[in-house]
Amino acid sequence: MSALLELAGVSKRFRGLLAVDGVSFVIPQGAIVGLIGPNGAGKTTIFNLIAGVYRPDGGRIVFEGRDIGGLRPNVLCHAGIARTFQIARPFGALSVLENAMVGAFRANASTDAARIRAREVLERLGLAEKANVPAHGLTLPERRRLEVARALATEPKLLLLDEAMAGLRPIEVDAMVATLAALARESGLTILLTEHVMRAVMALSHHIVVVHHGQKICVGTPEHVAADARVIECYFGRSTH
Amino acid sequence: MPGWVNFVVAGLLTGAVYGLMALGLSVIFGVVRVVNFAHGEMMMLAMYGVILLQRWAGFDPLVSAPVVAAALFALGYALQRGLLNRFISRPEHEQFILMLGVAALLTSSMLMVFGPDAASIDTSYALDSYALGSLILDKVRVFAASGAILCMALLWAFFRLSRTGKAIRACADNPVGAAVAGLDVNRFYATAFGIGAACVAAAGTFLLLLVDVQPYLGADYTLLSFVIVIIGGLGSMPGALLGGVLVGVSEGLAAYFVAPSLKSLFSYGLLILVLLVRPQGLMGRRA
Amino acid sequence: MNRRQGLALALAGALLVAAPVFVGPYLLSVLIVFLVAAYLGQCWNIMMGFAGQLSIGHALYYGLGAYTAAALFAHFGTLPWLGVILGMAVAALVAASIAALSFRFAVTGVYFALLTIAFNEFTRILFEHFEWVGGTAGLFLHVAQINATDLVHLRGSPGMFYYLLLALSAGALWLSRALLRRRIGFYWLAIREDEPAAAALGIDTFWMKLAAVTLSGALTALGGGIVAFYDNNLYPDTIFATSRSVEIITAPIIGGMGTLFGPIVGAFLLTTMGEAMTDFGAEFGVPGLKQWLYGGALVAIVLLQPAGVWPWVRDRLGLGEGLR
Repeated sequence: MSALLELAGVSKRFRGLLAVDGVSFVIPQGAIVGLIGPNGAGKTTIFNLIAGVYRPDGGRIVFEGRDIGGLRPNVLCHAGIARTFQIARPFGALSVLENAMVGAFRANASTDAARIRAREVLERLGLAEKANVPAHGLTLPERRRLEVARALATEPKLLLLDEAMAGLRPIEVDAMVATLAALARESGLTILLTEHVMRAVMALSHHIVVVHHGQKICVGTPEHVAADARVIECYFGRSTH
Repeated sequence: MPGWVNFVVAGLLTGAVYGLMALGLSVIFGVVRVVNFAHGEMMMLAMYGVILLQRWAGFDPLVSAPVVAAALFALGYALQRGLLNRFISRPEHEQFILMLGVAALLTSSMLMVFGPDAASIDTSYALDSYALGSLILDKVRVFAASGAILCMALLWAFFRLSRTGKAIRACADNPVGAAVAGLDVNRFYATAFGIGAACVAAAGTFLLLLVDVQPYLGADYTLLSFVIVIIGGLGSMPGALLGGVLVGVSEGLAAYFVAPSLKSLFSYGLLILVLLVRPQGLMGRRA
Repeated sequence: MNRRQGLALALAGALLVAAPVFVGPYLLSVLIVFLVAAYLGQCWNIMMGFAGQLSIGHALYYGLGAYTAAALFAHFGTLPWLGVILGMAVAALVAASIAALSFRFAVTGVYFALLTIAFNEFTRILFEHFEWVGGTAGLFLHVAQINATDLVHLRGSPGMFYYLLLALSAGALWLSRALLRRRIGFYWLAIREDEPAAAALGIDTFWMKLAAVTLSGALTALGGGIVAFYDNNLYPDTIFATSRSVEIITAPIIGGMGTLFGPIVGAFLLTTMGEAMTDFGAEFGVPGLKQWLYGGALVAIVLLQPAGVWPWVRDRLGLGEGLR
């Protein structure tokens, strides 16, 4: 599989604090990659570097062979990178359908085409019946699904999910995992997700990147990563005896 | 001595009063985060209060200052506690609109009660002046500036040294943290608003020594307060004084070299420049 | 649009078209005030109601439109319509400049609102010293035959201006609706609701906001230009007054920002009540009642029904479908 996204020696400094320290990894086309690490490990910063919120201080971020470091979020969206937000940000005064249409307009200039595309993604994410409901009236799991639907409507090649499972009950997590897995399978979508909910990461990811103190400490399949001593140590600490 | 020196000195003195007025807004805008579009109108209210106190009780404005300050403190406290409190979590523009409405209500109410003509106070020293060499200082201007500086010093001491003052600063810096530490943030916000209102009342009293009051006076001074606060820097007390003095001096220079009616042009031009280039103002912290 | 809505709109439209035949000169002038307020409110609504950019200095564009058309006519005999179009161009340029500067330097929210007021006041003071347009003494247009209806030269009876302004308001309504149904309308609403989220969906927020401000300014200038030929006298301190800016925004806020009919409903309510207040005040010698009403209405609406009167009415009368 060819690399869709590659980080090469990326670093980011915030006034003296080195949040990301020379991180490199590859996201192959069509893969689902998890990015995990304890709080403060730097995964959100990495995420935001890819999403165009921050500009890298060092290294390169290459998407489809093109250096995208420091490009603004709307430019990245046109290049094919869509993201969701950790705290769902629906356009409250608009209906669920209209929210999705905003995303769909990215690749569809006409209102009718956008509406069709929007309905498709809502169907995909199980929100079709709520199409005309104002977005501010949705429950948390529904908001998360709307976040994903809206991002999906922009017809991305790479979908960045920022803690999309946070606050969901296990049964809701499983539903989301199933939806995302089906999506990736059927459309060849590439996904990068940062997560704390291990249940989801283990179930979804083809492989996982673990960061700690701004550095990559492990890469591998879920089983490999779960058994890795360094990973266990960074989450649970070293056993002393 | 060149002719403009007198104008500059007059501007400096007037600037001190402007500084106090702006300080009130700095407290309100900087601490409580209320965009007080009724700032000038509140001042106008206080000025009419001073006029009434003179008409009914023969009070000299300098005696009335604490009285109107106290009255406006109460009004400001009530306004924040009773009304503005609810707007903290609401969209920003709803709060502006509320204060715009309050400003219109205040202006029209004063118009109804006092009519459209200007009103002024009489003081025994209105036409006196001090002479320092070839420098001529109007007594009223000296008194006004002295009063303003005194108030600003008191305020500075209050915020630095008193418990309430420190609590207010805490609430301004970090409302969530302050609440967690057990401070009644709403009460301190109301106190802060009251203090801001008291400042502007005192400033109005001193300003009345220099200009007449009429119901439409509010809008110009609301804007001027914002200009000064933004130029000087939000949340900075020395900034408010500096900004006030800068504006006062620029008005004086404009009046001397160009035309008195153009004096505000420089202030607005400066505001536009500051907003674009250095929004934290000359002495403010980056928000 | 459903049947009930269509019926209500047709009825209102028919009444407005027929009105000049039945009402006397005084009421006609009141209706003209209403239409101007409705039109200007709709122009402002595009910028604030749709794109969420708060301007409290819209009198700037109104004044630029009015003065450009009037001054060119007064000094060079320029055809009024040409002058009006030039006024729109001037306003568009100024609006675009203000927007470009502000958004480039990330001046948003309250600071942007203050900037709009600053530009407004700055221009007012400039015009007060601008002798070519009359300065504080005012600019006066030669009022020729007002009995002859000359649409080409914008000379005519109040009735002519009434229909002209009615057409303008209807046009603004049509335009607003068209914009809201297209991508640009959706993008503006997204920016209003949550700008960073909008950017993440591929929206170029800088250009979208710029477009809203420029369009709003140009359309406001169109109104200013036309009304200049109705009033025939212009003074900087009334045309560019901040109080006029506040008046422009009061109607759409009361009626309902971001909705299609809100500005019109708000304009209607405020104009009728405002005129009643002014008359009442004049009879009893109480000044400032109209302003008192406007201020009170703003406070009441923002406290009790921030969405505005129109959404409330729409729901009660069952005229609503969709969220706008």
